[in-house]
Amino acid sequence: MAELHTEEMVLNMGPQHPSTHGVLRVELVVDGEVVVDAIPHIGYLHRCFEKHAEAMNYQQVVPYCDRMDYVTSMNNDHAYVLAVEKLLNIQVPERVEYIRVIMAELQRIVSHLVAIGTYGLDIGAFTPFLYCFRDREMVLDLFETTCGARLLYNYMWPGGLSHDIPADFVEKTKIFVKQFPKTVKELNDLLSYNEIFVKRTANVGVLPADVAINYAASGPVLRGSGVKWDLRKDAPYSVYPKFDFDVVVGTGEMGTLGDCWDRYMVRVREMEQSLRIIEQAIDKIPEGNVQAAIPKRIRPPVGEVYVRSEAPRGELGYYIISDGSQNPFRVKGRAPSFVHIGLLPEISRGYLIADMIAIIGSIDIVLGDCDR
Amino acid sequence: MHNFITYYLGTGVLSSLLSSLLPILFVFGYALVAMYLELKISAHMQDRLGPMRTGKWHGWAQPLADVVKLLQKEDTIPTAADKPLYILAPLLVFMGSYAAYAAIPFSPAYIGADINLGVFYIIAVSAIVVLGILMAGWSSDNKWSLLGAMRTAAQLVSYEIPSSLAVLSVVMVAGSLNLNDVCSAQTGWFWNWFIFGKFPFLFITFVIYFIASLAETNRSPFDIPEAESELVAGYHTEYSGMRFAFFYLAEYANMFTVAAIAAVLFFGGWNSPFGTFMSGPIWGAFWLITKGMVLVLVQMWLRWTLPRFRVDQLMYLSWKILTPFALADLVAVGLWTVLR
Repeated sequence: MAELHTEEMVLNMGPQHPSTHGVLRVELVVDGEVVVDAIPHIGYLHRCFEKHAEAMNYQQVVPYCDRMDYVTSMNNDHAYVLAVEKLLNIQVPERVEYIRVIMAELQRIVSHLVAIGTYGLDIGAFTPFLYCFRDREMVLDLFETTCGARLLYNYMWPGGLSHDIPADFVEKTKIFVKQFPKTVKELNDLLSYNEIFVKRTANVGVLPADVAINYAASGPVLRGSGVKWDLRKDAPYSVYPKFDFDVVVGTGEMGTLGDCWDRYMVRVREMEQSLRIIEQAIDKIPEGNVQAAIPKRIRPPVGEVYVRSEAPRGELGYYIISDGSQNPFRVKGRAPSFVHIGLLPEISRGYLIADMIAIIGSIDIVLGDCDR
Repeated sequence: MHNFITYYLGTGVLSSLLSSLLPILFVFGYALVAMYLELKISAHMQDRLGPMRTGKWHGWAQPLADVVKLLQKEDTIPTAADKPLYILAPLLVFMGSYAAYAAIPFSPAYIGADINLGVFYIIAVSAIVVLGILMAGWSSDNKWSLLGAMRTAAQLVSYEIPSSLAVLSVVMVAGSLNLNDVCSAQTGWFWNWFIFGKFPFLFITFVIYFIASLAETNRSPFDIPEAESELVAGYHTEYSGMRFAFFYLAEYANMFTVAAIAAVLFFGGWNSPFGTFMSGPIWGAFWLITKGMVLVLVQMWLRWTLPRFRVDQLMYLSWKILTPFALADLVAVGLWTVLR
């Protein structure tokens, strides 16, 4: 029998596709259902963050930072204000640092909940998603009582915070810390160790540690490959050195080291570590003023600074150049999602279209972060 | 017992018409109830309330509102679509699902067509659905639809084997392909049901049949053909309005078909679980529909709990696990029946 003539098909996944997490467009070259090549196309959510930042003064950039990675606004602000403060060479009060760390860790939990929930959705499990969002709601309520906003907070300002925490914040946070482990257990029972879920994610999208390092991956994507690298430990900033927590790495217990399940599980376990940090910090918040005396108009000295922080998705860095005026000369954001999206072709060749969804979900990109 | 329609109306055109229209009334009514239940059950499983406002009391009118919305929607046909096939596909899919209702014994006094090859007939007409889905996927001229349709064809054809083998085991025990006879063979208290017969072989058969039937109705965890996170909406991506509603209706109709067959084959069909207590033509319909609905609820429960399989894992499950077990089960039941 003559050999059947087959040809490869080019399939456009996105930008309007239910599980490309926003507006990512992936050009898939498929042979039947096997992915031969995957080319990510980005830029559908480009909002000129860097150019905008040049046209306004340092404080006014903060709301734009909120909108970079809209799932992790607090962490974005945190990195930016650290950079501005380093440029100004000022020290903020200890109380501010503590509150910032608590907020950043709460935001990390929220971000991971979104990542885990939507990942379940990608794999076809609808219910864990709503469990995640139920608990996310509790944290958002905490943020709302603090600064009035639920998604884009504009809470951390250079030199301080926009508002002090309300009187019942500590108590409410403790309630959350107390009940949250139950959700994690529920998630593990329902999703993480579900036979079908493990089958779908283990041994899929394997990212070896050396490839991850070569692509400058960071955060859960890098740690999922077994590399112990966390900027909170390895390049400590703020008051993180004061807290005791573990860096979670992938173990390959369900399949190969660095597969989708590992990356997923790193996020689940990181939430528990974030809880540990919050637990330690919440009782020790020192008294003091949250708006340290810095002038309304700041004119940092001429110079440049790069500050990086551990955002939920990986290394988030800001490179700021000051020309001595009240507007930054240049603000460059180094966003983890942008870096990770480059990994996509590398780890998706040879898998099925269904795996493609699992892979995109497991590197957890936010297109707002990627395109800025 | 006599079929009550032919008893009162004879065998004329009128009685045939009534016989063929009765199930459709049931299907429409059932689909509305099932839609409502699905909304509410999924909501309560997920700590939500679900629809609460439509129709004042717990959103009872939500499915009606949905149907009206679908009726009003614009019916779009892609320019590049293969029009005749595109229009025919939803009808064929619904027809395949609906034709199966003819042989379901709703009550000792009512069955659409009391044919001797009842089970065989249902398996055969259900296979038409595959054709409709393939047509839908092909004619839409959409790559996602095509992939969805190819997956469906592979899936339905594969899972028909374990489910048919499972059905065969029961047929051997009952000694008839007529579903009314299968029901009659289980008369009496609930321990006479086939699910407890030849223990544990028929119980295993039931599990195999139920898993395979989930795959045949494209329900989770086997909803791969329409995996919304992968293939957008699978074979019905391009459909809108009433044509889409027909696919939807066919899915719900199918869910009940497989549940009703499972109820007939394993749970006594129209027999009351308590001997002669609450039995008779009308109670018979009540029992069959109740048993069917319970199984439909189990299908919904699974849907909102489990993630989705991948295509190759699905095939693995069918060919390497379910089919060998169904075969072994068939041999065991056969030997037991012969050597008794």
